[in-house]
Amino acid sequence: MAKAPTQTQTQKKPRRKAPAKGKPAARRSAANDRSKLLFDGPDWTFDTMERAYRAIEDIAIGDLGLDIYPNQIEIISSEQMLDAYSSTGMPLMYRHWSFGKTFVSEERKYRKGLRGLAYEIIINSSPCISYNMEDNTMPMQTLVMAHAAFGHNHFFKNNHLFRMWTDAEGILDYLEYARGFVSECEERYGERAVEAVLDSAHALMPNGVFRYERPSRPTLREERARHRERLAQEEAEVNYLWDTLKAHKARKSSSSDGFDPAQGVDLPEENLLYFLEQYSPILKNWQRELLRITRHVAQYFYPQRQTKVMNEGCACFVHYHVVNELHRKGLISDGALMEILHQHTNVVTQPDFDDPRFSGTNPYALGFAIMQDIKRVVTDPTDEDREWFPGHAGKGDWRGVLKDVWVNFRDESFIQQYLSPKLIRDFHMFALETDESERFYTVSHIQDERGYREIRQALARNHDLSMIEPDIQVVGVDFLGDRTLHLACQSTDGARLAEADREATLAHLRHLWGFDVSLTQDGENSRD
Amino acid sequence: MSHFIDRRLNPKDKSLGNRRRFLRRVRKQVKDAVNKSVRQRAIADVDRSERVRVPYDGIREPSFHYEPGSGHQERVLPGNKEFKPGDRLRKPPSGSGGGRGNQGSEDGGGEDEFMFVLSREEFLELFFEDLELPDLVKQTLKEVESFEPRRAGYSSSGAPANLAVQATMRNALGRRLALRRPNDREVLELQSELFGLERVAEPSPEQRSRMQALREEIEEKSRRRKAIPYIDPLDVRYKVFEQEPQPNAHAVMFCLMDVSASMGEREKDLAKRFFVLLHLFLQKRYDRIELVFIRHTHNAQEVDEDTFFHSRETGGTVVSTALDEMQRIIAQRYPPSEWNIYAAQASDGDNFPGDSERCEQLMRNEIMRRVQYFAYIEIIDEAEAEFLSSDDNGVELWRTYQRVAADWANFEMKRIAKPGDIYPVFRELFARENQMEG
Repeated sequence: MAKAPTQTQTQKKPRRKAPAKGKPAARRSAANDRSKLLFDGPDWTFDTMERAYRAIEDIAIGDLGLDIYPNQIEIISSEQMLDAYSSTGMPLMYRHWSFGKTFVSEERKYRKGLRGLAYEIIINSSPCISYNMEDNTMPMQTLVMAHAAFGHNHFFKNNHLFRMWTDAEGILDYLEYARGFVSECEERYGERAVEAVLDSAHALMPNGVFRYERPSRPTLREERARHRERLAQEEAEVNYLWDTLKAHKARKSSSSDGFDPAQGVDLPEENLLYFLEQYSPILKNWQRELLRITRHVAQYFYPQRQTKVMNEGCACFVHYHVVNELHRKGLISDGALMEILHQHTNVVTQPDFDDPRFSGTNPYALGFAIMQDIKRVVTDPTDEDREWFPGHAGKGDWRGVLKDVWVNFRDESFIQQYLSPKLIRDFHMFALETDESERFYTVSHIQDERGYREIRQALARNHDLSMIEPDIQVVGVDFLGDRTLHLACQSTDGARLAEADREATLAHLRHLWGFDVSLTQDGENSRD
Repeated sequence: MSHFIDRRLNPKDKSLGNRRRFLRRVRKQVKDAVNKSVRQRAIADVDRSERVRVPYDGIREPSFHYEPGSGHQERVLPGNKEFKPGDRLRKPPSGSGGGRGNQGSEDGGGEDEFMFVLSREEFLELFFEDLELPDLVKQTLKEVESFEPRRAGYSSSGAPANLAVQATMRNALGRRLALRRPNDREVLELQSELFGLERVAEPSPEQRSRMQALREEIEEKSRRRKAIPYIDPLDVRYKVFEQEPQPNAHAVMFCLMDVSASMGEREKDLAKRFFVLLHLFLQKRYDRIELVFIRHTHNAQEVDEDTFFHSRETGGTVVSTALDEMQRIIAQRYPPSEWNIYAAQASDGDNFPGDSERCEQLMRNEIMRRVQYFAYIEIIDEAEAEFLSSDDNGVELWRTYQRVAADWANFEMKRIAKPGDIYPVFRELFARENQMEG
């Protein structure tokens, strides 16, 4: 009975749903024993939340063996949720008009009823902060806690990208520092001057991350020390008493080595913000610090952009397992489970390409489906699965396999490795190929024996950030001549940069560099 | 290990600073939108929040990205129904995007325009901007209706500060009487009688049994006293206050305007701002305001707002006809004993020769006796404003009204060439208001 609503919701493709688990009649009688229920009815209290949290914890830690940061669950109102939207979900952020722009547009959409608000927002920090909306019903709160406070939380703590590139312990302190620094600059140099730098820095944010090499981890103390050092240097620069020949010499050897073409500059450089911060001839110290802040923020979010499918898949898998376990133990009622599954189904629906609701691949649907499928392959493989996944088919320990997956992959490699022929058939996937010069899309592969590998390959490429985003690097600087900065863009498959944005972004680059900047694409001749 | 934190009571509007920065960024466009909507809206609707569209130009956040559809692409889509490898699909015409992907308009709205809603506050802030209002006046106008707490009976729950002692004690007393709770005096009397008997060295059998009875009675009474509390939570009553809007009288506002051909768009726009400001002011003081629009050329008629501002009439200019019409409407619908009557007149100063005499008579004998306030503005060219620096010279109507102004304190008149000139007309009115409040 509890399973029924799930199937009516996805009657088009019931196969895509989780493999049906056995549902003995005994289970139902347990669920009807109301005395064991964690909560009854839609209203939540802190007491029921706490009890539900404990019960979820039992399953998530005890059964699934998740490894999480301590949780801090905050209840917020819808207005506060809108506020959180506008600062990229972070509890504190420096001030900038673009966040205001997000806010007014989200607010309008929300007030007009065009869009509901998220049920939760979670932050990759330690303690792991998740915001739950006060409007959620108690079953929803249960779902949201299992999803965010355990699913996402585990993923943040364990996935190798997050471990390598983000510092969950330090991020809130760092943002606090950033916010303070930005408002200090606003006071000192005026809002407009700060805005001008941030505008330009924001335009370059996608190109402000290190992709291959882990930069040093900034601790708060180091940041502060650096800040003080810069201030002191600034004072020294205007204080004529200091401006003796000796100081002059010292400065030449320390801060101006960037301008000596022979040493220091390491080319090519993929991180444009880092390059500008280090070598721009015109920026003041506080401006360099602003670039540094935006660069750190960009870097912090970079792993999330690479693991959308996996992150959501992990969270959906965890909440799905947890709520079904809660129900099996008789801790939540049939009604609560139905409400949860109804929401769950909404979230993991993948509309077909010709459906008006279609807006690309739904990361929730894909991630959840692949993870459920891994569980199926591990516990109950078919011959096809054994042939495709000799490594884990029939291994039996799905918890171990999944945890290993969550640690070691990102979207592109995850799809490449684990998308099974069965899923390709279930989703009815096909690949469309086209070239700019053609007037047609050509169906290159469909969900059959010959297409599986190619479709899997293509879908993985669709989720590979390095294929989606232009690769732009600093390749040369004319330090001794007119100081032109040379950039090169290596595109994939002959894609061109969007013209209007290219020019606008280059203008921002020139603003930060102070001199001319040229960008060549795929070895063509330089255009200004 | 887990912590639940209730953040709902934390201050909202955390992003107010960002919002303010954003508005500053799009200031020019927003300002244009406000001006446009002042022109289009009905006077009574001016201070609503406003939906604003601004072009994306100033607020685009560019970045390097690939042109959608450029180069060679391969995409995987779900939901194949009948396609076979090698099938061809015609590309949708460029521009429509064909619903493939969600490139471009992530921000919602159109591709070229960004839409959001200005709050009432923000709207008025911009509207006031070139009216050059003093800050205090801006503040008073922006305030919404004032409320006063008013007693509204008792309730059994409430804040300790609102405890109604008398009502509580009255309930307690009634309950104690009804339940026959022994009072202090009764018990004391019995006790002293008992003490008296106990002091007797050799009590008689009657005395003994009396003592026994007394002891039992005292015990019974103290038991009842314990069981029936002096004040029970049931008795407690709290005062209830309701927020009641300040009682306001009704007001009617007459808008009079010359609509002959000499009044162009600029003149009408200025006149409208003038009417809006008076209306905002009245709105603050009165619960209900009715608006009456009277337009005139060589004859006058009452019209609706749209006609008032947007239709043109041809003909001469006889101002007294409008005053006649106003006079007639007052007599018919707005007895001065029940209504506060305000009037605002805008004109370019022209009048039929000789008619100004009649205007003066009407003003003195009829209208000024009945209205709270009459404001007249003469809209002139900026160039004219240069040499009409003195108030003393002017056309016939101006000189006539000056004589009226000399005798009636509640008559204001002013020449206006730009929005900033409007406020001084009302200065007296606002000053009075502030005095009243202060």
